[in-house]
Amino acid sequence: MGLQSKHMLGLQHTPAQDILTILDTAGAMKDIIRRDIKKVPTLRGRTVVTLFYENSTRTKTSFDLAGKYLSADTVGLSASSSSVRKGESLIDTARTVEAMGADVLVIRHPAAGAAEIVADNVRCSVINAGDGIHEHPTQALLDMFTIREYKGDFSGLKAAIIGDILHSRVARSNIWGLTKLGAEVSVAGPATLLPPEIEKMGVKVCTRVEEALAGADVVNVLRIQLERQKQALFPSLREYSRLYGINRERLGLAKEDAIVMHPGPLNRGVEIVKEVADSARSVINEQVTNGVAVRMALLYLLTGGEAVETAD
Amino acid sequence: MKLLIKGGKLVNPEKQLLEKADVLVENGVITAMESSLSERDAEVVEAGGKLVCPGLIDMHVHLREPGFEHKETIATGTMAAARGGFTAVACMPNTNPVADNAPVIRFILDRAAAEGTVKVYPIGAITKGSKGKEITEMADLKAAGAVAVSDDGVPVHDAGVMRRAMQYASMLGLTVISHCEDKSLVAEGVMHQGYQSTVLGLPGMPAEAEEVMVARDIILAEATGCRVHIAHISTAGAVELVRQAKKRGVKVTCEVTPHHFTLTDQAVNGYDTNTKVNPPLRTAADVAAVKQGLADGTIDVIATDHAPHTVDEKEVEYQYAPFGLVGLETAVGLVFTELVDTGILTVPEAVAKLSTNPARIMAVPGGRLAVGEQADITIIDPEALEKVDPGSFAGKGKNTPFAGRKLKGLPVMTIVKGKIVMKDRRVTVSSV
Repeated sequence: MGLQSKHMLGLQHTPAQDILTILDTAGAMKDIIRRDIKKVPTLRGRTVVTLFYENSTRTKTSFDLAGKYLSADTVGLSASSSSVRKGESLIDTARTVEAMGADVLVIRHPAAGAAEIVADNVRCSVINAGDGIHEHPTQALLDMFTIREYKGDFSGLKAAIIGDILHSRVARSNIWGLTKLGAEVSVAGPATLLPPEIEKMGVKVCTRVEEALAGADVVNVLRIQLERQKQALFPSLREYSRLYGINRERLGLAKEDAIVMHPGPLNRGVEIVKEVADSARSVINEQVTNGVAVRMALLYLLTGGEAVETAD
Repeated sequence: MKLLIKGGKLVNPEKQLLEKADVLVENGVITAMESSLSERDAEVVEAGGKLVCPGLIDMHVHLREPGFEHKETIATGTMAAARGGFTAVACMPNTNPVADNAPVIRFILDRAAAEGTVKVYPIGAITKGSKGKEITEMADLKAAGAVAVSDDGVPVHDAGVMRRAMQYASMLGLTVISHCEDKSLVAEGVMHQGYQSTVLGLPGMPAEAEEVMVARDIILAEATGCRVHIAHISTAGAVELVRQAKKRGVKVTCEVTPHHFTLTDQAVNGYDTNTKVNPPLRTAADVAAVKQGLADGTIDVIATDHAPHTVDEKEVEYQYAPFGLVGLETAVGLVFTELVDTGILTVPEAVAKLSTNPARIMAVPGGRLAVGEQADITIIDPEALEKVDPGSFAGKGKNTPFAGRKLKGLPVMTIVKGKIVMKDRRVTVSSV
């Protein structure tokens, strides 16, 4: 059984069953990454084009490697070097890339809805690799895959998402995905970094970080985007760190076996201290590996692959 | 030239009345209104079962000329008006150059005289270049033909400047039309701030950005005695502010657009840039509040804020698209479908808000059917059905969120100064 949609635009409209299919398939893909020879011929002759309108080394590299491990041809187009600079519209660029024979278009863009606009105008599959502050489904899928590795199941699980929720596509995608599979999600951050009416997405909203951390199984710490400091949405990094930074003491409020996650890159000493980021509770490096596995699963399933059960 | 409109129901908003009578028009003027008129050499218009209304006036449109002729021109914009049942439009000054001086006002009037299908009333700018710093030569603007002043789209941020503008406009008897939006609260916002903006990841424009400035301008109107007209009101809070101000006797009036009483921010789902408009589409509670405001008379006018853009300009990422949608050719259908058919407004009340009240607020002729009045007449068939098809629009702009929507109650004839300019949904001439 494949997926219901030929695109992966976000988790809001992805059925729970499809999320589970992707996570199951990612398990098998992770086995490939662990091998000495990390290459299978599954996507030989398929072309994956990454179209990045925002700089992102890790997500782009993760997609590139995911494609290469499956033997797809991968090509990257960055907005700074392409015809975008010459004023070509997003739709025109996407149609041009498709006309060259792309099977999957992976797009990252600073404007919300960009991936959906592209999907509406091309015939190939489109993967949203982050659109503005809307969604970043592959990050949420890799977070969920990681959570499942450590916690086994989502139902009744308590997850806390800490930081700049307002500008976080990672938070939005995680909320949709986790709540669909039965987890209880709390979000915490300064009032100026909480989006309006987010409680209607089915989460508990806290301005005190301690409240969100209490009894948590999963602590997902978001990156404070330093460039946002210019807008003065919070008074200083110093005060942010004092009120919301995740340190040993605060982590003590969570369950003893709680895991700590972060989408990276880290601002050490701001949203998370070294002792936590590098502790045994941190699964941050595992997230990076799992990112490749989840993206391999998506490329495979979106190009018509059958779901694969995890070996164990 | 004689025209005899037979068998229609005459709509008289002032008397809240519908009466069956024929109307005789001679040389552009209404010369008789009686039952069973006959006139041998007149062109006869059969209007049985239809509503014969004073010509509709849209007091808020963007004709885009001079400066943005690729979006719309005075010629095409007035054709859109004629097709939409409007016999006159008032055009906003955010052209290039800005209509902040008499020569631009005269240019617009000259073009309208040469190429306009309906009457055009230019609105002058409040401040020079609409930059919000120094007030314009309003006496000169008025002498050239400006019917009101407004910095629509670029609201006057400085309260001191707005106060001066109101004092000065009041002295000249000019109404100040205010686009109420505190830009510091809107920032990069592109849609209503609330649950939908949170889910869609689009920067929000909070309701209070509108309400803060509505409150300010009501206070300034009260202090200066100036007549202030709030453009495109869209929030429940703003409607309530106007309602309370009117109770106190403040000389404030306001308008709502058809899209603000029809659509909510849910329409933004799917990122259709034709739903990107300023003020933004609000919530269901706001829509209910503007309907209540229409019903109880708080809202005086229905105006379209007709804002044409090209397809290329709109076929981009939501955040990058320009604000605005076209309204002239769907307004009457939406008023009848959403307000009259549902019992929120009677026919005379609806026509008052589309004709009589805008004429009164701008102090321009029209708004009533009477012997001796210039023959600006709109005939509406309340039973006519149509599916909105942007391809059939007479205007250049096709940017409507209503494509495919079924409307009931449509303008079937537009008569300007006794001349038929639209018949059976088609524009018949291209200049007055």
